[in-house]
Amino acid sequence: MSMLNIFNVSGSAVSAQSQRLNVVASNLANVDTVAGPDGQAYKARQVTFQTQLMGATPNDPTSAGVVVSNVTEDQTAGRKVLDPKNPSADADGYVTYSNVNAVEEMVNMISASRSYQNNIEVMNTAKSLLLKTIQMGQ
Amino acid sequence: MLNRLTDTLDFQAQALSLRSERQRLIASNIANADTPGYVARDMDFAQALRDATGAGQPAATLAVSQPGHLGGNAAAGGVSVSTLKYAAPSQTNLDSNSVDMDRERASFAENAVKYEATLRFIGANVKTTLSAITGQ
Repeated sequence: MSMLNIFNVSGSAVSAQSQRLNVVASNLANVDTVAGPDGQAYKARQVTFQTQLMGATPNDPTSAGVVVSNVTEDQTAGRKVLDPKNPSADADGYVTYSNVNAVEEMVNMISASRSYQNNIEVMNTAKSLLLKTIQMGQ
Repeated sequence: MLNRLTDTLDFQAQALSLRSERQRLIASNIANADTPGYVARDMDFAQALRDATGAGQPAATLAVSQPGHLGGNAAAGGVSVSTLKYAAPSQTNLDSNSVDMDRERASFAENAVKYEATLRFIGANVKTTLSAITGQ
């Protein structure tokens, strides 16, 4: 039943993609955030995926799952808007918003959701094949 | 005599296990569609089946030099890594990931259909054998 491993592989991919979707949601929610909990402007976050071998033997390349290896913060400077009346404005009257690029995040969201769907589809196919395998010879 | 009954089943069983192996391989490629640096792999199915069934070139076997040794077939426990090929990327990617999602989805569907076909072959084989045994 080597196909049972598909559920581990695709399951790991689904959970990695949902984590990516989670990060996209935080970024989009904080598009207009002026300051985070540390008083600094919110920094956009990005997940990085890494392959994780999940075969029965350690070096089996046929079952390669995915894990989120780390979450990095985008270090580019935030968007500056001249608004001297804002209580968060600096000495020159500029307010620093988060450095989230809403368009990039939307694209990221679509990509994550498509990958998620792909992996669910893979699991559905594997499930129906396994169910038919159980009925073999009947 | 009994050999003839089970030989075709044996062949189909090998084909089925290789199909499931390939299905898992393609599932891994689809799972890693967004992993930077991942290189898509695929299987030369015809070659793998030839190796597994012992047709054509004999597959790499373990040397039997002592009385207690078992002459294992390299392909018996699963596909050997040497039959795995790297899929050529159709488009270059900035993160050097070579998974082509269109091709992977197509291969996945194709492999699923062929897996099911092999299942049907086995089922029909069993039915034929059973009706021969009952002799009605």
